[in-house]
Amino acid sequence: MSKVIVVTSGKGGVGKTTSTASLGAALAQGGRRVCVVDFDVGLRNLDLVMGAERRVVFDFINVAQGDAKLAQALIRDKRIDTLHLLAASQTRDKDALTTEGVERVIGELRDTFDYVLCDSPAGIERGALLAMRHADQAIVVANPEVSSVRDSDRIIGLLDSKTLRAERGEQMEKHLLLTRFDPARSNSGEMLSIEDVLEILSIPLLGVIPESREILRASNIGAPVTINAAGGPARLAYLEAARRLGGETTAPVAIPDEKKTFFTRLFSRRAA
Amino acid sequence: MNLFGFLKARGSAPVARERLQILLAHERVALGPRDLVAILRDELLATIARHIEFDPEKLSVKMERSDSVSTLEIDVEIPCDKFGARPQASAA
Repeated sequence: MSKVIVVTSGKGGVGKTTSTASLGAALAQGGRRVCVVDFDVGLRNLDLVMGAERRVVFDFINVAQGDAKLAQALIRDKRIDTLHLLAASQTRDKDALTTEGVERVIGELRDTFDYVLCDSPAGIERGALLAMRHADQAIVVANPEVSSVRDSDRIIGLLDSKTLRAERGEQMEKHLLLTRFDPARSNSGEMLSIEDVLEILSIPLLGVIPESREILRASNIGAPVTINAAGGPARLAYLEAARRLGGETTAPVAIPDEKKTFFTRLFSRRAA
Repeated sequence: MNLFGFLKARGSAPVARERLQILLAHERVALGPRDLVAILRDELLATIARHIEFDPEKLSVKMERSDSVSTLEIDVEIPCDKFGARPQASAA
């Protein structure tokens, strides 16, 4: 059974692309067939974060417009056999993706993969709406910061009204992935707490990713943090989120601790 | 929200939380109906335009909500010479 998951946020720069790559790689490492799809036409970056920027020949728009076959455009990861990338077009304008084209490509991806992770562009325009339209499930990426939380709330509203699921009167499953979390600053009251964000957005928690140097290093070298054996707390947090996403765990989300020992304090509260 | 919690906290996070709670409570109400009105307006325009030629600017759709009743007000201004005149039946 194939699952289409949109990774979205409203606000830019909160970690959609990093999270798409990290979760996609982690799921694929577990043997699942995964495709990560970049919907950010004109500003593609998932290829770069995945370390496949020099291997893009055909892109999503080529496939959507029938100029290339899906198999020609899919880029297989060199490290994980079951991980694939469908890059966005860097040159075409953002209106080149049509609703019909996207529908057909998503349909084909469903036939081939266990998980299709759609990396949404920022904003609430056409591209973001197309990315969420066919999703069965949504990951809302947010930072513990006012503008990000406000935009997430707006995105949740759109997930509940502008998706195929919503239009059919079905529930859209939504999970929160809180990124760039700094436990020390949160504990001292300088940063919104996880409880604050959960209370405001009232969607269940998928994971909490601590602010970490590993993330920048991972994008520098083009290897998702989850496949870097030398990774630290951020890697562990993404691996755990991927296990939860894949239904391998229902344990409470581990909360990064400000002390050296990470994951010592378990967080038992889950909203809604 | 409670007084003691607020006093105990030292940082600016509680302020952020309160501001967000107030703002989003407002935005959720404001954005919900506005989207509905926009949808209704589009569909009404399409329906009326199928039968009568008129200026889309002259259609106003308003929704007012109070505790006990909600009203939907639709106001369409049609020039008298156009009334009853049908464009082509095929116009969709």
